[in-house]
Amino acid sequence: MSLEVEIEKKWEDFTLCARFAASNTATAILGASGCGKSMTLRCIAGIVRPDRGRIVLDGRVLFDSEQGINLPPQQRGVGLLFQNYALFPGMTVEQNILCGLKHEKDPVLRRARCTEMLRAMRLEDVARHRPAALSGGQQQRTALARILVSQPRILMLDEPFSALDSYLREEVEGEVGRLLSSFPGTALLVTHNRDEAYRLCHDMMIMDGGQVLRAGVTKEVFADPQSVTAARLTGCKNILSCIPVDEHTVHLTGWQTDLHLARPVPADCTAVGVRAHDLAPCRPETANALPVRVVSTSENPFDWNMICTAPDGSDRLWWKVSKTTLTAVCPKAPACLCAAPESLMPLHGLAGRPSAKG
Amino acid sequence: MDWYPLWNSLRIALISCAAVFFLGIFAAYYIAKLPRGVKGILDVVLTLPMVLPPTVVGYFLLLLFGAKRPVGLFFQEHFGVKLVMTWYSAIFASIVVAFPLMYRTARGAFESFDETLAWSAQTLGLSNTWIFWHVRMPFCRQGILAGTVLAFARALGEYGATSMIAGYTPGKTATIATTVYQLWRTNDEAGALRWVLVDIAISAVVLLAVNLLERRQKAGDRR
Repeated sequence: MSLEVEIEKKWEDFTLCARFAASNTATAILGASGCGKSMTLRCIAGIVRPDRGRIVLDGRVLFDSEQGINLPPQQRGVGLLFQNYALFPGMTVEQNILCGLKHEKDPVLRRARCTEMLRAMRLEDVARHRPAALSGGQQQRTALARILVSQPRILMLDEPFSALDSYLREEVEGEVGRLLSSFPGTALLVTHNRDEAYRLCHDMMIMDGGQVLRAGVTKEVFADPQSVTAARLTGCKNILSCIPVDEHTVHLTGWQTDLHLARPVPADCTAVGVRAHDLAPCRPETANALPVRVVSTSENPFDWNMICTAPDGSDRLWWKVSKTTLTAVCPKAPACLCAAPESLMPLHGLAGRPSAKG
Repeated sequence: MDWYPLWNSLRIALISCAAVFFLGIFAAYYIAKLPRGVKGILDVVLTLPMVLPPTVVGYFLLLLFGAKRPVGLFFQEHFGVKLVMTWYSAIFASIVVAFPLMYRTARGAFESFDETLAWSAQTLGLSNTWIFWHVRMPFCRQGILAGTVLAFARALGEYGATSMIAGYTPGKTATIATTVYQLWRTNDEAGALRWVLVDIAISAVVLLAVNLLERRQKAGDRR
């Protein structure tokens, strides 16, 4: 039970060239907007026809340009939740859910399964309401219910929380998380939010410019994103350009000093990634110590942010200190910051500003 | 008072409105999908009858359907049917003149349709025909309803092309519009006024009915 995708699709001046496999778990596709992640879902669903390639779901070929196979969306058995939920506006919640049950020929059974789903999704009270009268969370549950009753082999959620108010998001995220973990087949979650990807999915892949940059177990991808773009997308604030020295040492071009890394440094290493939370104040003689000057400080509800630079002002470091209480006082400006060798991530790729395409 | 023009006008308007309903919707649906260039050209051709003087439309219709013209001759020889100067000749005129109204409003409605609705329906396994009638059409019903009413009103008020292709024969091809002119021309001002009032009444009732229908549907959506 798995999904294999290997597709190419040109779209104006953008080329999607996605190649990945997803097993029977929840997999996140993380990427900035316009990176091709929604397009990938649409190709799998059969809404968009790739120029070339192959899509196989649970051993069943959905698309194969060489064999001339291109199943219509109706026969693919995919469940796709759109960003706007795509509920039919003229139908009630119940009628919308019944649309997912057209394959069930027995009217008694169809009614029974609809009632069951209404209960499971806590929609009984609004069963006769139209989508416009529902809250954002109820709309999403209706859309999910409509998909689930159709018993798809794969569940694909396209930015499921983007249409929700932030206070609703956490509540709904819990429900979607339970749904993702209980879903028997492959589940894909498209998001541009790294926290969602981390919390909800065991596996993940990072997409950029129409390509899959990095795929693997979510925790491993976060610990070792490998490329500058992937590191940025996983929320790494500090990307310091460097030159590899030996197997575990790099030379920082900004600070003109050497850093020791626990991970092996590849020959094409161009930068070191350091997460803002992994930095700690230290004495100047400590290993990996970087002398800094604090440029600005800002307070968040749960952490302090300090932006520091190298003494000559060249390179920047972003340091985050978690607060134990809301009233915790601002830590003293440190003279040096350092990171443990285990937390330093060797990266390849351009260390400049993020690309426009993200 | 001879009520024939009322009956004739209504059947002409209803039949041509029904024909235009389907023709306009399907033209709008398929043309909306075409590449921009072709769409532009077809758009101009299909909208022309709306801006041309009805007499020009009548001229073209006579050119095709006239007794000695290609289409007219074909129907005369094969089916023994005359296409001009009969009551149903006015249907052709009404269809051509009313079509652009239906086509344009329906196309505007289809273009504002949220495609994700159709896509999600497809992934749920619903057939494209079902999606068209149960998702796309209801979503676009405001525009389609407006187009239908405009087409009906236009068909009912058709005069220029009708007078050329169907003429005015009392009890045969007379419609309200042609009767008003004929009575006016023959100095029967009171008779003309009667038919004017009838025409205004019908039009007002149709528009009123549509307004009520729309209000009820809007209320239904909010529920």
